[in-house]
Amino acid sequence: MAEKVLMIALSPTMSSGLIARWHKAEGDRVEIGDIICEVETDKATMDYESTQEGIILKQLVKEGQKAGIGEAIAIIGEPGEDISALLRDDQQRSGASSPETETKGNVIDSARDSEIDSNQGGKKAGEMEGDRRIKASPLARRLAEQGGIPLDRIKGSGPEGRIVKADVEAYTDGLKDNAGVLAADKAPLMQTAAVKTQGRQPVDEKPLARQLEGVISADKARYIPVTNKRNIIASRLSGSKYSAPHYYLTVSVAADDLIETRRHLSESTGTKVSYNALLIKYAAEALKKHPMVNATWLGDKIALFTGVDIGLAVAQPDGLITPVVRDCGNKGILAIENELKDLIEKARNNSLLPEEYQGAGFTISNLGSYGIEQFTAIINPPASAILAVGAMTKTPVVDEGGQITVKTIMKLTLSCDHRVIDGAIGAAFLKTLKEIIENPVSALY
Amino acid sequence: MPVITYREAIRQAIDEEMARDERVFLMGEEVARYNGAYKVSQGLLDKYGPRRVIDTPITEAGFTGIGIGAAMAGLRPIVEWMTFNFSLLALDQVINNAAKLRHMSGGQVNIPIVFRGPNGPAEYLSSQHSQALQSLYAHIPGLLVVAPATPYDAKGLLKTAIRNDNPVIFLESELMYSWQGEVPEGEYTIPLGMADVKRQGRDVTLITYSKPLKLVQETAQLLAEMGVEAEIVDLRSIRPLDEVTIYSSVKKTNRCVIVDETWPFASVASHIGWLISRNCFDYLDAPVEIVTSEDVPMPYNHRLELEVQPTVDKILRAVERVMYKQAGTFQRSGQ
Repeated sequence: MAEKVLMIALSPTMSSGLIARWHKAEGDRVEIGDIICEVETDKATMDYESTQEGIILKQLVKEGQKAGIGEAIAIIGEPGEDISALLRDDQQRSGASSPETETKGNVIDSARDSEIDSNQGGKKAGEMEGDRRIKASPLARRLAEQGGIPLDRIKGSGPEGRIVKADVEAYTDGLKDNAGVLAADKAPLMQTAAVKTQGRQPVDEKPLARQLEGVISADKARYIPVTNKRNIIASRLSGSKYSAPHYYLTVSVAADDLIETRRHLSESTGTKVSYNALLIKYAAEALKKHPMVNATWLGDKIALFTGVDIGLAVAQPDGLITPVVRDCGNKGILAIENELKDLIEKARNNSLLPEEYQGAGFTISNLGSYGIEQFTAIINPPASAILAVGAMTKTPVVDEGGQITVKTIMKLTLSCDHRVIDGAIGAAFLKTLKEIIENPVSALY
Repeated sequence: MPVITYREAIRQAIDEEMARDERVFLMGEEVARYNGAYKVSQGLLDKYGPRRVIDTPITEAGFTGIGIGAAMAGLRPIVEWMTFNFSLLALDQVINNAAKLRHMSGGQVNIPIVFRGPNGPAEYLSSQHSQALQSLYAHIPGLLVVAPATPYDAKGLLKTAIRNDNPVIFLESELMYSWQGEVPEGEYTIPLGMADVKRQGRDVTLITYSKPLKLVQETAQLLAEMGVEAEIVDLRSIRPLDEVTIYSSVKKTNRCVIVDETWPFASVASHIGWLISRNCFDYLDAPVEIVTSEDVPMPYNHRLELEVQPTVDKILRAVERVMYKQAGTFQRSGQ
């Protein structure tokens, strides 16, 4: 899709820049990182490196002309794209000098697109000319968050470009139309809309969910209200799945030592120790050796957690929650077990405090007790990886000597956020974890 | 069901409560021999005699204080102020005695008293006699403030107010006295602190109480003809306030206009506006709008007198703003 190339803040104090020289002419292909032009700022002449890729369809600012921060200097896209809407937009903006045609909405709209770029230029938001915050009604913000839609994708129709409910719904509807979802259902809906528009302006656009509701006949379902907790689960998990590029690694682990260790530990201490406590401790040891797996993506930087805080997914009647055992790297298995018991109890009573379930750097989800052999879990932010633990199953295994022996095999699947954890790093972590589970003393190597 | 006036509904409530409990009595200017300045107490003197229906001198501070003393002594007075404009003379008694004594006596003294009378502008009464003073009373902890807009609500709420052990400010209106509505025969009461959704709607919440209810209903009717379904929340009582009903309506419609005939500054409307932005923040698609009387003393000129109060047009403009429609989208026919 064609988009604008915006003047960004190339020095911390500039408010506009002069195009000293274009490096890319109309029709040239631009890759990310290419220098498209030189910009004369208040301090020096700087190269403008592109953060977009495509063909320069139009240069909007000629050499020797100035553009304010956030104003479009070019349009980039694919050959043959219709850029008339973008051009119109830009003309409206440049007509801003006559007060009557000033449409603040457009200025802010284009400013919004450049928000990230100009921040990289080192300028603080407060110093910008005009207000560059994305304005959205609280409801629109909430709807966009629930739908996993970044606000900067939505054009606001309210005062000063405020994004309102109708804009979010129009965007969602647009997605639906593009995807051709519910094609059969679309015709009658459009008819309804047309009838509505004929009379007065339509008051309420049907969001996607309500349209889905439309294809369910009333006698084929019963409805339960969505609780606040369910809403949070839905928005966090879809947010994670849509924004974090997941990939999955599975390994088979011999669990015989794990079973034996647990039996021995339980007998010698007289308390029943859970597999989860052992797995948390083993995972903590592996994380200490692979700190990149205990980290989170922050857009312009990666945070490496200094402590090992591991969350465990716990099912509740009305949802799930991940209580967090803190600092597992410095705790023994029994200490972890005691904390875990307490946290699980609280989780089931719905009495966990936010600090008891937020901020895990790594998560474990164990469906082994349901007989699930293996599964892939959705990463639970701010963690960048989640370990899905399957059932322990007695399995014939061909050993190194070529003999078939019976071993208890457990499958572990690691979901990783590729923005932080590359494949080799995830694989190395999983290999270490496998070694520790099969031979715990290797944690001390 | 019988259709009676608001005036008659108030009279029935007083009559029934006086018959039910001999501690209940009525006092005020002209309530007895003249049958009430607005004929609310018609026939009560004949029925209950001069010991329970008492004409007072024109001394609001005096008879209000006597009422409070009687309440302390175990009676259940209904004090009628000829209008709330005159209640200003008795503010010290109300604020410093009625509202405080239960608190200051550690609960030893109850003040079961109702102060009632017409509040808000009527017509041609100029600045000093056209005041809507509910925000003033709602400001004071220790006072309950009730403002019904229909005969049914008035009767049920006044009976509850009389039975309540706290001072209740009961706001009527000169123009509402002749409004008619269905009121069932026989005993019923309405609890304080329960709003009534007078109209269901999905597009915008209109919150109001007392006399502006009619304007709001008229506006909702016009909006419905233009495809906008407004929900009307009639608060009925301001203290206690039914926040649950307010929030559930706003969470449904995401947009809210509060219509209140007080002045805007530190008003019932502005307070509710704050409560909504505090408690429904993530559900609001637009800032809450309030439509109040203009921030000026009431002009005597009749056109101006009508213009400074909430009007259907002002409410339509506010609905346009919360729905992000251009000004003038919702017009009365013929405009």
